[in-house]
Amino acid sequence: MLNRLLNLVKKEFLTLLQDRQSRIQLVAMPVLMLFVFSFAMTMEVKNASLGILNEDEGDLGVRFVRAFQPGPTYSRIVTFRSPSEIRRAVDTQEVLMALHIPRDFSKNLMSGVPAPVQAILDGRKSNAAQIVSGYASLVATSFTEELYANRTTGAVMPNVETRFLFNPNLEFSWFNQPMLLILLTQMIVLLITGMSIAKERELGTFEQLLVSPLSPIEIVAGKTVPGIFLGLAEGLFIFVMSTTVFHVPFVGSHALLFWMMLLFILSTSAIGLAISSVCSTQQQAFLGTSLFMVPSMLLSGFVAPVENMPTALQWMTQLNPTKHTLKAVMGIYLKDLSPLDLSTEMAWMFGIAAGSLLLASWFFKRHAQ
Amino acid sequence: MPGDAIEIKEIRRTFDKGATVALDGVSATIGQGQITGLVGPDGAGKTTLLRLVCGLLLPDSGTISVCGRDPDKEAVHVHELIGYMPQKFGLYEDLTVMENMRLYANLREVPNAERQGRYDKLLEFTQLGKFKKRLAGALSGGMKQKLGLACTLLAEPRVLLLDEPGVGVDPVARRELWSMVRDLATGDRIVVWSTAYLDEAEACDSVILLNEGKLLYRGTPGELSSRAKGRVYLVDGAGDLRRSLIVPLLKRDKTVDVVIQGSRVRVVTGDGGEQLKAELPTIRRESEERAGLGEVVGELTATPAEPRFEDAFMDILGGARRPKSLMQDLFRNKLGEDGKREETVRADHLTKRFGDFTAVDDVSFSICQGEIFGLLGPNGAGKSTTFKMMCGLLTPTEGSCSVVGLNFRDAPGKARGRLGYMAQKFSLYGNLTVLQNLQFFSGTYGMKGSAQKNAVDRVVEAFEFKKYIDSPSGALPLGYKQRLSLACAIMHGPDVLFLDEPTSGVDPVTRREFWTYINNAVELGVTVLVTTHFMDEAEYCDRIALVYTGQVIASGSPDDLKKSVANEKNPDPTMEDAFIDLIAKNDEARKKST
Repeated sequence: MLNRLLNLVKKEFLTLLQDRQSRIQLVAMPVLMLFVFSFAMTMEVKNASLGILNEDEGDLGVRFVRAFQPGPTYSRIVTFRSPSEIRRAVDTQEVLMALHIPRDFSKNLMSGVPAPVQAILDGRKSNAAQIVSGYASLVATSFTEELYANRTTGAVMPNVETRFLFNPNLEFSWFNQPMLLILLTQMIVLLITGMSIAKERELGTFEQLLVSPLSPIEIVAGKTVPGIFLGLAEGLFIFVMSTTVFHVPFVGSHALLFWMMLLFILSTSAIGLAISSVCSTQQQAFLGTSLFMVPSMLLSGFVAPVENMPTALQWMTQLNPTKHTLKAVMGIYLKDLSPLDLSTEMAWMFGIAAGSLLLASWFFKRHAQ
Repeated sequence: MPGDAIEIKEIRRTFDKGATVALDGVSATIGQGQITGLVGPDGAGKTTLLRLVCGLLLPDSGTISVCGRDPDKEAVHVHELIGYMPQKFGLYEDLTVMENMRLYANLREVPNAERQGRYDKLLEFTQLGKFKKRLAGALSGGMKQKLGLACTLLAEPRVLLLDEPGVGVDPVARRELWSMVRDLATGDRIVVWSTAYLDEAEACDSVILLNEGKLLYRGTPGELSSRAKGRVYLVDGAGDLRRSLIVPLLKRDKTVDVVIQGSRVRVVTGDGGEQLKAELPTIRRESEERAGLGEVVGELTATPAEPRFEDAFMDILGGARRPKSLMQDLFRNKLGEDGKREETVRADHLTKRFGDFTAVDDVSFSICQGEIFGLLGPNGAGKSTTFKMMCGLLTPTEGSCSVVGLNFRDAPGKARGRLGYMAQKFSLYGNLTVLQNLQFFSGTYGMKGSAQKNAVDRVVEAFEFKKYIDSPSGALPLGYKQRLSLACAIMHGPDVLFLDEPTSGVDPVTRREFWTYINNAVELGVTVLVTTHFMDEAEYCDRIALVYTGQVIASGSPDDLKKSVANEKNPDPTMEDAFIDLIAKNDEARKKST
């Protein structure tokens, strides 16, 4: 039994690694994906353009403008001369935000009455606009504080100091990299297991396996093992990259991360096998795995918080291994969560892994003929 | 006349940057008013040649002219002349018969005024009139080919190129298709029928015989066959032990070909009949030694026989290969001392239903050690379903089957461990090397350590794999692929071998070699269950079950089946005659009863 299983596993590895095409798929694709996702997919605002129309008659307007120093967020500041230029610049997306400082800006500030500044933002880029507007308010606040601090009289403004726990500088890669660890591992595992049976069916070798003394359980097990090993290898690679090249601090327990990933890979490969069992060609299997991968990513809380989803969908996300793993891995990476903190996630993952393995064997037995 | 024929001159065409030579200096003239057979096994270059004639491919060197026109430079004219029916004709399975015809009439720009007339004529000609509204996907293999032919004929092409129209079509439909094409091959029409079946080649007016890209022969089939005249003999007298004659006969230097034909053995010899006859007593003695049962082979006689196309083909190819070593090294003899044969395979009232459809209906048979049992039947008759139930790939709805007394339901692993299976097409792992395939399959059957190593070494020796041991098996020559499939199926010394159309599309030399191995294994007591489309392959069987509409409508030895349909008009029917006749009789009986 064990011998036959090892024999099958060896063959699976050989067919995967001796084929040039699948070698490329297994090695080159994840590396490429890691770099594309890491560098191209960023939610920080960098290199935005800011336009300013300063109509202020006093000198405070000029000082306020100076507070917006070109930096990583604004690489370019455009000066407007008339309100009509604002419209054109926003329309043509030349600037993301335009500030309109009115004529009585200095006067109002000096007399201590509210001095409104109009900020016009390009709502088409809603996310970036929000971040930029937040940044503008921050600048405005510190400007006023400084102004009043220099005066001897006047009320002291209440001061809110914001500190972000676990990710003090809100580095996107700290969020992105643990997520990529899950996403790319899932992709590789689904690719390997999802194709495995369909490929053999297409080539006609599947019947040859079925008439051999191998039992269905042995075949399922033999097909799961390579996915697990290669998935773990892939995960290790991304983990190392994330902590070295992308400088994400890992504060948690390596062992706990390993076990969470193992459970995740186990359930993913079972789902891949279940999909492969019902497909007769590799093309169908590829479609089938994509059909699983995309919703599982969308319902994981990576793109949008699960709490924002309709209640029915929130329930569905409980069956999504990606969701629990994302929560757990993120927690282990940045917060050093203990197994106790993650007991809910672990319980769900045990359940999902067991359930999907059962599902895979059932599908396999049913569709083997 | 150059304007009346297809002229092919010194055509060479390679693929994969010259690595594969599909056609190597082939010249031929294809005349009008007759059927020209383009004959050769898979990979001979038939399809490449047809595509070159159509202008779908360009030759590396050489010229082609179709009725005086160049397929490349005068493509428009040539396309108007040609009707090409590829192996998988592009029927739209979700359209009806009529819709398919209309579509092709539009594609070929058939004038509106003439359409209805041509539809009617072709529907009558193909007898598809009744099925006008049926979806093309729901037609049988034979009807699909007829519809494909009808669509090709819509433009009334002068040149008709048919690429293996007989594949996947059962003998009944094949005969109908043939007679349709025969009616077309008149006047100035040029008809090319490509085929891997040598019995089809025999019926052509002239043939172009290709093998591995080389032209072996062009001319009439009769002329080719006559090259073996006076050298073909049927050796009779060995009865059940006829298989033990093969190896002694092959040992003779002058023997070109040996093949089982019913209860007799067909021999093509390089020398005359007298020499063969003189050696018969020696051969008898040797075969008795092989069987090891004392003097049981009767007196042998050799009667001359009409040469067939295949005999001559084997002669051109240089005769049968003589396997270096045989199965004795791989198998221990499974028969007892006294040669007693035990029942090894049994089917009891097998029935398989898919929903409302009964694919197999109450089929029973049993097979003994050292026996080859053939399942023969048209497509969709239930022979594959029966076969799959027998090797445990499908679970019967009713009834049961067993292999060496083991039932797939109770002891699936054990039962499967006792059988060997070889699928229709090459189905080993193409990117694993020969050695890796052998190791994997032996390991699958539970071999390990030195026992496994010995088993691998033995087949490497017996099948001469040394040269290719580290080559990926997908890149092997066809003959070696076939050997490797067989090697993987028998490494564990199975009691029963299941062969699913093992040699379709294989050249006769490779086919002979394959059957030499099989016959040898059968001599040692292995049981063989085989499904086949080849009528002459059916002749290698001890017994045949003819499966039709899910039932066994006739069974017996090939000679019995042939005899059962003999009449005054056809005193010596072929296997194909028997097949067609028995099915027709069954259809009639069915009609009467309803």
